[in-house]
Amino acid sequence: MSPDSSSAGREEPAAAELDVAELELGWRARELEQDLPELRLMIAQARVARIGSLRTRSPPGIEDRLRELSNRFRGARAVTVRREPVPAAYRVFFRQIGLDPDVVRTPIEAAALERMMRGGFLSGGMLEDVLLIALVDTGVPVWALDAEAVNGPLGIRASSEGEPLGRTAGAPPLPAGRLVVADASTALASLFGELAPGHRAKADTSRLTLFAIQVAGVPSLYVEQALWTCRMALEAP
Amino acid sequence: MTQPGLVIDRVRPDIGAASVASPSRVEVGERDVRNALRRQIARLERESSAILAGAFPYISLADLPDFGRGAATGGPCLLTLAELERIRDHLAGQVQDLRRLAVRRVEHERRARELLDGMKLEPGRYKFVRLPVRDLGEGGCGVWEVRPRLGLIGMLAGWWHVKLSSGCPLPRGPRNLRGPGVGGF
Repeated sequence: MSPDSSSAGREEPAAAELDVAELELGWRARELEQDLPELRLMIAQARVARIGSLRTRSPPGIEDRLRELSNRFRGARAVTVRREPVPAAYRVFFRQIGLDPDVVRTPIEAAALERMMRGGFLSGGMLEDVLLIALVDTGVPVWALDAEAVNGPLGIRASSEGEPLGRTAGAPPLPAGRLVVADASTALASLFGELAPGHRAKADTSRLTLFAIQVAGVPSLYVEQALWTCRMALEAP
Repeated sequence: MTQPGLVIDRVRPDIGAASVASPSRVEVGERDVRNALRRQIARLERESSAILAGAFPYISLADLPDFGRGAATGGPCLLTLAELERIRDHLAGQVQDLRRLAVRRVEHERRARELLDGMKLEPGRYKFVRLPVRDLGEGGCGVWEVRPRLGLIGMLAGWWHVKLSSGCPLPRGPRNLRGPGVGGF
């Protein structure tokens, strides 16, 4: 698996405008810095060029790219994907934080399984498609939060007992010590898990906070490429 | 987690007593031990993946006796020394079982190859023996079979030969035996 230099939708929107400096590094709690020094949160902000398009059908370029990836990603690859360097790094990290990757699948393996079960990478709306393309291209999962619902810089920390996941009423409480992606005040997502309700991108969201989790064994280039792929596709006019 | 020459700082109550006297008396903090365990987990996970991917579809996790009884915790968290040890031990057991299955599989394929060689050399000794290509580690649904040449005549005359069947069944079921133009399209 290597990061593909082409854009998600083949439309090549202003690639030169995207700069490494536009990617931010998230903060980490001290115990994480010490225990898992290679764990990093990389963040990019994206302006949605076509507001209202996130849940609608993807442009033809993105759908074509999904089809192309479906054709490239066959059964043999699905079987051996766990041995590829980047997916293997995520498998190892899952084990190291107490997740069994054979039970809770890593994002790329979950995508591979879906591909096999459904016969292809089926389109699920523009945002979902863009995130999926970045994942299949690089092996690095990317999540998108509604930037309006993010309060301050994002980072990774452990939750405290009963802390809510998200700011909405009825947000589910977290057990103590759960690793979460959080902003300055609230946990917004369980690490490698679901985003908090109320913080996901809505159909009319105009600004997105994209984030990817880098672990030991995943080169920064892949993470940057995954975030750029998403940004370029979302910011394409 | 004890090793000769290793003294663990007992900062937390969940660390077992692990103080071993040795000539060198290396002082190692709990964090270093956890890092060592993480490295072991990484190595075991890679080995497990290599065996499973290499031996697909003949070996799977479902073949293991303790499949589904993993040492995973409820969600992502920073693991204690004891939890890391439990995961490491579980993975080590899993890799050992997978290695055993892989060795058994290699032996199975070796015996199947010997059988096929025998069938080809002396088909008369292996009358009607069938050997699926899957037993040889090959894909597909073909079957090697020792059959008589020319049917009954070959059977009576002792003319035997090895045939490889054509492979997997058609996706739409067997061919229409009534010929074209009769029933369906």
